[in-house]
Amino acid sequence: MKKTFTLDEVDCANCAARMERKINEIEGVISASVSFMTQKLTIEASENDFDRILKEAQKVVSKIDSDCRIIAK
Amino acid sequence: MKKKDKKRLYRIVLSAILLAVAVVVDHVGILSGVLEFSGFTPLILALYLIPYVIIGGGVLKEALQGIIHGQVFDENFLMGIATIGAFCTGEYAEGVFVMLFYSVGELFEHIAVGKSRNSIKALLSLQSDEATVIRNGESFTVDCDCVEVGERILVRPGEKIPLDAKICEGESTVDTSALTGESLPREVSVGDEIHSGCINLGGVIYADVTKRYEESTVSKILSLVEDSAQNKSKSESFITKFARFYTPAVVIAAALLAILPPLFIGIGDSSVWKEWVYRALTFLVISCPCALVISVPLSYFSGIGSASSRGILIKGSAYLDTLAHCDTIVFDKTGTLTEGRFRIDEVHLASNIDPKELLRLAALAEQFSNHPISRSIVEAAGEIDSSTPTTVEEIFGHGVKASVDGDILLVGNDKLIKKFGIIPLANTDHSTVVHVAKNGLYLGYIFISDKEKSGAREALASLRRAGIEKTVMLTGDRAAAGNQIGKQLGIDEIYTELLPDGKVSAIEKIIASQKNEKKVAYVGDGINDAPVITRADVGIAMGALGSDAAIEAADIVLMDDELSKITDTITLARRTRRIVIQNIVFALGVKAAVLVLGACGLVGLNAAVFADVGVAVIAILNSMRNLKK
Repeated sequence: MKKTFTLDEVDCANCAARMERKINEIEGVISASVSFMTQKLTIEASENDFDRILKEAQKVVSKIDSDCRIIAK
Repeated sequence: MKKKDKKRLYRIVLSAILLAVAVVVDHVGILSGVLEFSGFTPLILALYLIPYVIIGGGVLKEALQGIIHGQVFDENFLMGIATIGAFCTGEYAEGVFVMLFYSVGELFEHIAVGKSRNSIKALLSLQSDEATVIRNGESFTVDCDCVEVGERILVRPGEKIPLDAKICEGESTVDTSALTGESLPREVSVGDEIHSGCINLGGVIYADVTKRYEESTVSKILSLVEDSAQNKSKSESFITKFARFYTPAVVIAAALLAILPPLFIGIGDSSVWKEWVYRALTFLVISCPCALVISVPLSYFSGIGSASSRGILIKGSAYLDTLAHCDTIVFDKTGTLTEGRFRIDEVHLASNIDPKELLRLAALAEQFSNHPISRSIVEAAGEIDSSTPTTVEEIFGHGVKASVDGDILLVGNDKLIKKFGIIPLANTDHSTVVHVAKNGLYLGYIFISDKEKSGAREALASLRRAGIEKTVMLTGDRAAAGNQIGKQLGIDEIYTELLPDGKVSAIEKIIASQKNEKKVAYVGDGINDAPVITRADVGIAMGALGSDAAIEAADIVLMDDELSKITDTITLARRTRRIVIQNIVFALGVKAAVLVLGACGLVGLNAAVFADVGVAVIAILNSMRNLKK
């Protein structure tokens, strides 16, 4: 299952790239991509894991940029 | 400007003034010799520290948070270390200035990125949020996503069509330019499909909704452009990967630069240490990869954004890149190079029969067929008496055998007629021919042709000018018909009489024969040739407005069927590629130069901070050129 979220306040392009890499490392993520330009995060993972993955993704995102929030569309 | 940015601007102005004051006091002090006393140094330091904290406080705070979270090579951290280091080596003014310039660059970056984000949003301002829906004879204004399929909506003149619908009352003209880039309004009347995102120019129309909001044309297009960021190009992945190793490498180099030379030159000499630590600081400032990381996706995104404003949807920067590497374009014939509407050129008679009668018989036999050729015959025959008792047997790839009013009619190509032992009388060299025979007697034949699309020749010529070396045409039509059109248009290679899977193997052959890793693009309507579109290096679907299948299958979607847009897209792809390369070369070049000069002690922190943010800003401005038409 693929879901797209808005990433509020991604300030730097390199941070976005780092977020993408780190989210891809979360267990259960099939693929993840972060677009700095559209401020979108797309995660592909199985439905059962989604809540856990999303929580972990938020942690990863906050670590890299403390202002940044993942917002469900 | 956003509130956050304004705050940053005030902070920059304030600290710039304070820095100027500090510099003046410092220099005047030195000139007059008054402040030479060691007792005054803390005062000067404090004077510089005020603007430093004002401008750099946020950076330092974030750097601290970064360290707590284990983000060591975070750019805030690097700038923090570099400027604090500058203070430690006694370069107060430079420390503040570097932080100041860094903030100016950051602010500029923000504004530029925000601006291009907005302009792309504006390009895509297709969506309307509300629809006027008629329920129980009364009109209500509701959110688009509350409208169900089958409900009736009202669209007033000047309004955006909110949902895909079929007109049930009224007629009007609609402006499709937001979707297709085509400026000529389209006339619509009862029974016509209207697409969300178009503007109703003429009268009031009532229409029945055919698709829910999430599935409407506009939503599809918007999500397509937004998702385009997922198909990242090689250069984009290269640059993010590069950044991953670049920063640590430069930081390690900086550490070595600070420690190693003094160990050999003068381990006990504090001025030697000061000199090399200062040189190492320049490295730290240059080690931020942001200029590169930001400018590459921005270039692609600007290109994709500006294309979508012209009705060209590109599903990712990867396709833009591949298209830039194409030297061969393969076209489908019918509907792509030609209009896809057949007309009757001539009716030849073999026996004593009225041409109208020949057409009438052919039309009766073909009346149930959906083939474009059959439709054109039925159309040309005008009114036919459909109550005439008719049974039809369709012979795939040949034509039809029909029994009309007790007579046996054969209507179809050479193969059909010969199959039934009739010798056709026709010079069938130049176009599509439909033979007609009745009860074994040859009656005559109809010449049918499809006109080349207006502007097709110019489009192909402009492709050549844009650097396309080979054009190829694939068609399921007879060799005679295909070759004629192909030669008229100046196509280099023509493949005819291909069945749908034959087209796939044809494109595979073409791709296999490519040299120098040049790519092959295929242009078709995306409906009948989806497998070919998928197989090509870049699949382009034309005239896709309202065809979900085409939008789904292709990598690049042209909403209308203007051939010249292919040249536009290729030019754009090449320009984007150029801008990306310029940015990479420029940013890396400047950084490398400053690294070398900095290591030799020829340039200081000021040059380094220019190499960092100054280059980022220039690269961003360069990328934004791509937003223009």
